[in-house]
Order: sequence, then structure tokens, then C-alpha cells
Amino acid sequence: MSLELKNVEKKVGIETHIYSTNLKLKKNTINVLLGSTLAGKTTLMQIMAGLDKPTSGEIWFNGENVTGKEVQKRNCSMVYQQFINYPNFSVFENIASPLKITGVKPDEIKQRVGKVAELLKLSPMLNKKPDELSGGQQQRTALARALVKDSDLILLDEPLANLDFKLREELREELPKLFEDRDCIVVYATTEPLDALMIGGNTATLLEGNVIQYGKTLDVYSKPENLISAKVFSDPPMNIAEISKSGEIFKIKENSVQWKSNVKIKDGNYKIGIRPHNITTYKEGNNSVEINGKVLISELSGSESLIHFTNGKLNWVSLSNGIQQKNIGEDTKLFMNIDEFLYFDANNRLVTNG
Amino acid sequence: MNKTLNPKAWYFVIPVFALVAFNAVVPLMTVVNYSFQETFGSNVFQWEGTRWFKEILHSERFHASLGRQFIFTFIILLIQLPLGIAIALTMPKKGWGVPVCLILMSMPLLIPWNVVGAMWNIFALPDIGFLGNSLNSIGFDYNFTQQSGDAWFTTILMDVWHWTSLVVLLSYAGLNSIQPAYYQAAEIDGASRWDIFRYIELPKMKKVLTLAILLRFMDSFMIYTEPFVLTGGGPGNATNFLSLDLVKMALGQFDLGPAAAMSLIYFLIVLLMCWVFYSLMMKDEGRT
Repeated sequence: MSLELKNVEKKVGIETHIYSTNLKLKKNTINVLLGSTLAGKTTLMQIMAGLDKPTSGEIWFNGENVTGKEVQKRNCSMVYQQFINYPNFSVFENIASPLKITGVKPDEIKQRVGKVAELLKLSPMLNKKPDELSGGQQQRTALARALVKDSDLILLDEPLANLDFKLREELREELPKLFEDRDCIVVYATTEPLDALMIGGNTATLLEGNVIQYGKTLDVYSKPENLISAKVFSDPPMNIAEISKSGEIFKIKENSVQWKSNVKIKDGNYKIGIRPHNITTYKEGNNSVEINGKVLISELSGSESLIHFTNGKLNWVSLSNGIQQKNIGEDTKLFMNIDEFLYFDANNRLVTNG
Repeated sequence: MNKTLNPKAWYFVIPVFALVAFNAVVPLMTVVNYSFQETFGSNVFQWEGTRWFKEILHSERFHASLGRQFIFTFIILLIQLPLGIAIALTMPKKGWGVPVCLILMSMPLLIPWNVVGAMWNIFALPDIGFLGNSLNSIGFDYNFTQQSGDAWFTTILMDVWHWTSLVVLLSYAGLNSIQPAYYQAAEIDGASRWDIFRYIELPKMKKVLTLAILLRFMDSFMIYTEPFVLTGGGPGNATNFLSLDLVKMALGQFDLGPAAAMSLIYFLIVLLMCWVFYSLMMKDEGRT
């Protein structure tokens, strides 16, 4: 089983929503589409589902060209950011609805709904109506509806975006397990890099209608093909600087910070990308370089501290563990873990990841 | 929490209070006053107790006009709701058609009610009116000023023309508030057009439709101007609805006592129906 997009392009009027895209999703995989709003995630999913037709290009499913085949005739299901359920059906009837339409026998419906409800912890509320449930439970119902069908393709369009923090965490942990033993292709769209990392599988980074990179999630994260992919897959935003290398000496152009390293690249000019968690208020790793900064903003996020600081023309973000109290305007010392630097050439392509 | 006590706030409340008292409470109390007394000229009154109320409640004339009123309102709702929903469903959701449809739909609502009555009166005249003349020329014996069936037909047609738009606009608003994802989800499930209407659109429109029913019920139950201009309650008493009958009794016959009693009963019926609708609407609200 596989889903393949061949040169798929989508134009609406004079605007291009999806630029020519090739993507091959394999059987039993979870695939994350990672990109900000308007990157084309939803459009891509709708094309995969058959809700929308590509302007050009083909979609192949299991070796069959399904371009233009109606969504009703395909075996797929979709979960949306909004909690979409039939408003006057009970949870049971909601989950059973796709089965009823395809004419499954009542006994089997009951058994299959029961099983899925158990999996999604919905058993106690099978008789309730969607508007009597919490947001998390409503979304679980929508997920159950998608799972009960045994679809070949399950599309999840930012399913956690409308949930509050705790419910999101909880469901995010459960999601990969739900799809573990399923014979299907799962596509999961999200704006959050953390979602992609937690779900694992494969990730495609998207920007403005282009698929930038597709591969195993961890590979895409640690070896982004280019600077754009690295930026998409970084939250808080990646810190970037221009450097020059000569011999063992690496020097940031915007200020005079320099260090020695035996990274094997030719002498010349490069760009470096540093993820915020590789700049910390304490030394981390074996090779760290000191950088001074003037604190712009210091904020706490759970048990982590975000410090925005400037150094020369640079305007960077650091992410440290624990609560690090800094005052605005304070001069502070930070440490960059040089083993984690990403080096890009003049064309923004990755040269090495340290 | 400490509340500051500032009696000056009353200065802001008192004008409103006075205004409401002046235009609602005082006239109502006058009516109440009339309903318990026999009124003679030169401000002479005689206490009659509940006599007028008993008389009205047992009067065949009141029963007849109340019956007519209920039948009229029932027919109006039966036609306007499904028709309004049907029109709303066929209206475009985007593009230049939207403003065109919305303006066309709001037109009848903007026309003064007595103008609507006058328009339809002329429109339906059997000799010179377009509707009346056309009906007669294709073989119908149509004359709304002489045949009660025709009078009913014309009154209902006029009300449908005048007020269906309201149901359309409300339903359209309800339909537009349904997120596209619902339709997509149903499409993926393989639901038919009827399923989508029955299980998504109708439940999602429930609130606006309750409102539409309430508004149309109230308005048609209290209809006065249009039938007054169109038929004047005739022929005979065929289209003599409650409010028409009430005005005839109060201003035509100058039976102030019985008319006042009838007003209050009328008012209580409307109030009761309001309450029924209100509690039906609130029953669902309370659940969430």
C-alpha cells in the first residue's frame, strides 16, 4: 500500500496554493506535514483525500491512478481542527455513522464501535450527545469515527489545535499508539515542531506551498537539507548568523565571537543555524563557547526559560532548563554548544551538522 | 467585595423608568381599568367586576375570530418555514449572487405594511388587478372581495410574499454558520444530500429556526394592517382576525368594556405562547 503524489500542483485563480509536489507515503507510516498556516497542509490533505482536485499532476494509491476519483469511493477518513460530529447523534451513533452508510450489520457495528470507544476512553459516554462532552471528548469521538472505518488513509488536520494544553498533551501521547497496528497510511498536519517530534514517523516540512524536505522525522530534524527546512522545524525560531572559517578558527561576522573547531569544511563563508536549546545559561556538552548578550525579554515557559538577547546586530533566542531569572537590559553570559551547530553554504544548503 | 453606594445612579434609571411607565404601564392600566367597568359618556363609570371577561370568553364571535386566527397562523407557519428553508438552501454561498439575493430577499420586509396591503388589494382586484384579472382570464372564478376562500387565499399569499424572506434570511444565516468541514466530513462518510440536510443542516439551524417560528408566530398572530387594507376582515367576517375584530369592537361599536377585556385575554394568549416558546428554547440552552 502506498500513496504517491506525482507532480501535483494546485492553483486557485492566479494564486498557486501548491507548487509541483512529489511525495511517496508508504504503508503503515505516520507522516507529519509540518508548516505554518497557509503553507498548504490542508490543501495537500484535501487533494490526498479526493475532496479537491489538483490542477495538474496525478495521485496514485496502491498502484491505481485515483486522480479525480470521488472521495465517497475511496476508503479514507479525516479529522479536523474543529470538532466535527453529527450534532444530534449520540456518541455511539456518531461513531457508527460511517459503518451504517456502508451497510455493516448491527451486531458488527456494535462490536466495532465498542472496541474503538474502549480504545479512546469513550465507553462511559456512548449515550451522550456531542455538545454534552468536553472538547477533548468531542475530538476523541471524531477520532473514533475516523478509526472505526478501517480506512486505508487517515488524515488528521491539526486535530489538537483547538484543545487546551493538558488535553492536547494527553491526546498527543496516545495518538501514535492508536495507529501502531493499523494497516493504513496516516497523515498528520501540524504547525508545531514539537508535535512532529512526539509523533515520530516521517515528516515533510512545508513552506508557502512547497514541500521542502521529506524523510524520517529525526533525520529531518537533525539533518535539515537546507536552511528553510531547518527554520520550519524549529520553535522557538532558529538563530542564524554568518560566519567565516579559516583553518580552525570560526568567526561570527556580526560580532567578534570566535571559536576553534575541527569541523571539516573548506575555508570560506558560511551560515550557521543554532537551535535555541543549544544556547544556554550554563555550559552544556564538551565544547561550548561563551557569548555575551543584553537581555531583551526573559520569559518562563513551564520549567524552561526563554531569553531573547542581542549581541551586536544579532537578535537571538536561547532556551535553558529551569527557571533562569534575568532582568531586561541586563548583560548576561550564555554558552553555545558548538557540537550542535548546523552549517549552511551560500545557497542555504546544509554542509554539515557538526 | 466592597460596593460603593452611589445614589446618583438612580438619576440614570429614573428617566427610563418614567418612559416605560408612560408608554407601557399607564396605557395597560387604563385598559385594565376599562375592562372591569361599564363606561358612559362624561367620565361616568360603573363597576362590573368580571362580567366582560365572562362575556368575551363565552362569546361565539370571540371564539370564531380566535379560531380564524389560529388557523391563519398555523397555515402561515406551515408554508413559510419549509419554503423559507428551501429558498435559503438554494441561495448561493459566495460570489456576486450573495448580495443580489440578500437585497431581493430583504425588499418585501422593507415595505410599509399598509403599502403591502394596498399593493395586494390592487394587484388582486378581479377586474383590473394583474393577479385577479389573470386568474379570471384563465378560467378561475376569482373574487377576493366576495368569496371567502379567495379572500383567505389572497391574504395568505400576501403574507407569504411579505414574510417568507424573514425565514429565508434567518435560515441563510444559520446555514452560513456551519463550517465547511462538516460538509466534507459527511462527504467522506458518503452521506447523501438528504442525510446532510437531515443530520447536519437542520440540527445546526435549530436555534435560528426556533427564533423564526417565534417571530412568525407572534407577527402573524397579531396581524392587523395588511388584512385591514386588503379585505377589511371581509367578505362578511371571513378574514376577521383577532386584532381586526378587537378594533371593530373598540372603535366601531365603542364597547370599551368588552373590548378592554378582549385585549387583556388576547395579550395573555400572546404572553402564554411567548412563555411556551421561551421555555422550549431555554430547555436546550440549559443542557450545555
